[in-house]
Amino acid sequence: MYMPEDIQQLIAQGLPGARVEVAGDGHHFEALVVSDQFTGKSTLQRHQMVYRTLGTKMGNEIHALSIKALAPGE
Amino acid sequence: MNVQDKIREQLGKDKIVLYMKGNPQVPQCGFSAKASQMLSSCGAKFASYDVLSDPELRQGLKDFSHWPTFPQLYIGGELVGGCDIMTELYQKGELQQLVAKAQGQAA
Repeated sequence: MYMPEDIQQLIAQGLPGARVEVAGDGHHFEALVVSDQFTGKSTLQRHQMVYRTLGTKMGNEIHALSIKALAPGE
Repeated sequence: MNVQDKIREQLGKDKIVLYMKGNPQVPQCGFSAKASQMLSSCGAKFASYDVLSDPELRQGLKDFSHWPTFPQLYIGGELVGGCDIMTELYQKGELQQLVAKAQGQAA
């Protein structure tokens, strides 16, 4: 079963320089991600960027991840 | 016909399409249920497809949209997002506008 720290590491590796906080119960997780790479991107694009860091785990081992993706200063 | 063409065909047939787990009457997942309820409360007439009954469609959609989870809402053939984004849009009244515009075009 996945722990919040596992997901936090994956996202941080996939979005260098981002601040990442993850909480969750092993199936449903919430992630707060702050990265300057989100600047000028839509909510949809930001979520796709976060999902890309998790590869095939999303939708399989990780059932649900609600994402708050902010650019610095938002 | 490969699954990518099938998806394009489905998206071409209806202005509003919801790919979900189960169907609006018998949703199989809380997020899918919430998504279809939001659409209904916006007065949307939408086509829905059950990805649980079609594993090839389920995988094909993940490749098609680079979106790994369900539900997936498409308006005018474009991915709007999953339950989170739909909820955000709904709370800002933007989902209602997207639906009205799409159906306005359809009328």
